[in-house]
Amino acid sequence: MIKKTPFYNIHKEKGAKILPFAGYEMPIQYQNGIVHEHKKVRESVGMFDLSHMGEFIVKGSKALEFLQKTTINDVSELVIGQVQYSNMCYLDGGIVDDLLVYRDENFYYLVVNASNLEKDFEWLKSNLIDDVELINVSDDTALIGVQGPQAETVVQKLIKDDLSTLVYYHFIHSEIDGVPAMISRTGYTGEDGFEIYFTDLDRAEDLWHKVEKAGEEFDVEPIGLGARDTLRLEMKYPLYGNDIDKDTNPLEAGLRWAVKFEKGDFIGKEVLERVKQEKIHRKLIPFVMDGKGIPRPHYKIFKDGEEIGEVRSGTMSPSLGVGIGTGYVHRDYMKSGNLIEIDIRGKMYPATVIKPPFYKEGTIKK
Amino acid sequence: MVKDELLYTETHEWIKIDGRIATMGITDYAQKELGDIVYVELPEVDSELSTGDILATVEAVKAVEEIYIPICGIIVEVNEQLSDSSDLMNASPYDEGWIAKFEISSKDELEGLMNAGEYKKLIGE
Repeated sequence: MIKKTPFYNIHKEKGAKILPFAGYEMPIQYQNGIVHEHKKVRESVGMFDLSHMGEFIVKGSKALEFLQKTTINDVSELVIGQVQYSNMCYLDGGIVDDLLVYRDENFYYLVVNASNLEKDFEWLKSNLIDDVELINVSDDTALIGVQGPQAETVVQKLIKDDLSTLVYYHFIHSEIDGVPAMISRTGYTGEDGFEIYFTDLDRAEDLWHKVEKAGEEFDVEPIGLGARDTLRLEMKYPLYGNDIDKDTNPLEAGLRWAVKFEKGDFIGKEVLERVKQEKIHRKLIPFVMDGKGIPRPHYKIFKDGEEIGEVRSGTMSPSLGVGIGTGYVHRDYMKSGNLIEIDIRGKMYPATVIKPPFYKEGTIKK
Repeated sequence: MVKDELLYTETHEWIKIDGRIATMGITDYAQKELGDIVYVELPEVDSELSTGDILATVEAVKAVEEIYIPICGIIVEVNEQLSDSSDLMNASPYDEGWIAKFEISSKDELEGLMNAGEYKKLIGE
């Protein structure tokens, strides 16, 4: 059965276009449309219902050992209150999912893609070791994202703790109107922003309205999944199912920085080490259309009349006003400045490989 | 919003008949469903289209929609303004956002189209 998030009625009231996504009825866009919502986040502040995301708690004396084995990044580097981007890989180096790992005082907290939630949980369960407990808390967790250059001002009004000292990819436990909440300085938009997790679902609508009220001076607006996708693509952040999947590995996806070979053994390491030594065969490139034309997933990429790859993500970039996309091509073609062509409905449109991100003015506080 | 004097297709296009010349665009309902229209690929003037051929391709941020011609005809004029301002299809779907004009050879095929009342029923207005 299709699920609803605790904010479903709010989306309905606001006239959102609601479609099934990853088993949830989710707002794709609201009445002002994707371009407007996108610019709202880039220029001011927007709020997102991300309650469809999956959350797992990992605890027990061997929790660290377990996560070191099942994820590619070095979990031992995390201090309490820190967050890390990572991937889980299969033995063959293919990607199970990308995720965030939060280190709390007595447990780790994983945030995974909604579309992979059950698969991820089964995968982790099948690799479970003694003295580790794995709990799926997704259905009990609401998540509001607040993103944009004004995000700190808005969220600061809601809590006592000082957000100016909260560093990118760190989190605190706080309280909003009496509701305990975990707040991290994270996001997937390229702008400064926060993600607010809480489990008192009876107060969910209340908290949504509290954030709305705090954002009133900036006319904060709800942002749908449509703009969430254009925002992440302008940063070339990968999306599972498009840019990464079980047939791609983190090295070719441009996630080499998150693969910590020196940390010890982890699932997929052997294959990834071989891929690294042999030099990766292909790479996920970002490209910009030189003129008209909007690339879409599965369009073919050409170079001098020869097919060299396929588009994975593509859209009209609301910030740049031009078509942008990603695709895997052989490493011979991966250098920025290289000219390629995209086959759009049987016609060739010129494009240029660039250095990521597409949008370079983001306000994320690294 | 549905306009009384126009004919409609089940795929949410409108057609205005003026003698032998038909003007075509997408309905207000269609532009709302598509969202921000960011690109339109127009047909070439003088091209001869058969019933069901692609008249235009309309691209929203997240979607591509083909617009099919419901009656055969020869393109006599396209709305060049859409090349730079495709958002006119959102702002003014029945007027400034028209897509193309074509000459029809027979009015027989018009019988397959809906009037405003029937179209309103289709979209539940």
